[in-house]
Amino acid sequence: MGRPTEPFFWTLFSAGGMLAALVLPAVCFVLWIAAPLGWLATPDRAGWLALLAPPLARLALLALVALSLFHWAHRFRYTLYDGLQLHHLYGLIATVCYGGAATVTLVAAYLLLRLG
Amino acid sequence: MSRRRFHPRWFRRRTPIFWWLEKGVYVHFIVRELTSLAVAYAAALLVVQVAVLGAGAEAHARFAALLASPWAVGWHALVLVGLLYHTLTWLHLAPKALVVKLGGHRVPDAAILAGHYLGWLAATALVALVLVRS
Repeated sequence: MGRPTEPFFWTLFSAGGMLAALVLPAVCFVLWIAAPLGWLATPDRAGWLALLAPPLARLALLALVALSLFHWAHRFRYTLYDGLQLHHLYGLIATVCYGGAATVTLVAAYLLLRLG
Repeated sequence: MSRRRFHPRWFRRRTPIFWWLEKGVYVHFIVRELTSLAVAYAAALLVVQVAVLGAGAEAHARFAALLASPWAVGWHALVLVGLLYHTLTWLHLAPKALVVKLGGHRVPDAAILAGHYLGWLAATALVALVLVRS
């Protein structure tokens, strides 16, 4: 199709897909299933703040969030086009998906910066 | 595509919206694509956790209680299924996307797949090391 932005978004999609595949199942299981059920102990609030104190740790979390979101944006966009036959809404869907991912990424960056 | 005003209308058969329910492989394809929703949800929930962390001890405790409700745990078990589906389908695509040559020979798909599973294992161990406290 010759869209110049395509390789850029595909790279984000690909990197996000790999990072999410490797990391997110463990994160989901530990933080949102095992810890709430009391199977495993996770950091308390002070522990979290200590964990996120180094700038590199915040950057890593931001990268995980951003790449996962852009993975979703790219994949979901084409699911809407092809799955629901919405090719006529090309621009709108792309704007909502990538714009949504970018917005949440900016919010995450702000929150991580503000964490003190 | 350029939007010319007087473009002739092509004759095309319309594809029904639920075309992907016709065959098992199509359903599998759509389900695989929809696992990206679980990925986005997990990312968004991590952002919420950072927000709650910054909002103070009381908010943090309230959110922990919310996460411990049976509904939340059940929902996150469903999210985990989606994430695992994403991981498995993603890793199994790797040998198709990646052609590695070593000493003039193509590394067999099984070896590439095994490498990716090892990577998953290592990443999982790393997450546990960072997040699990005794």
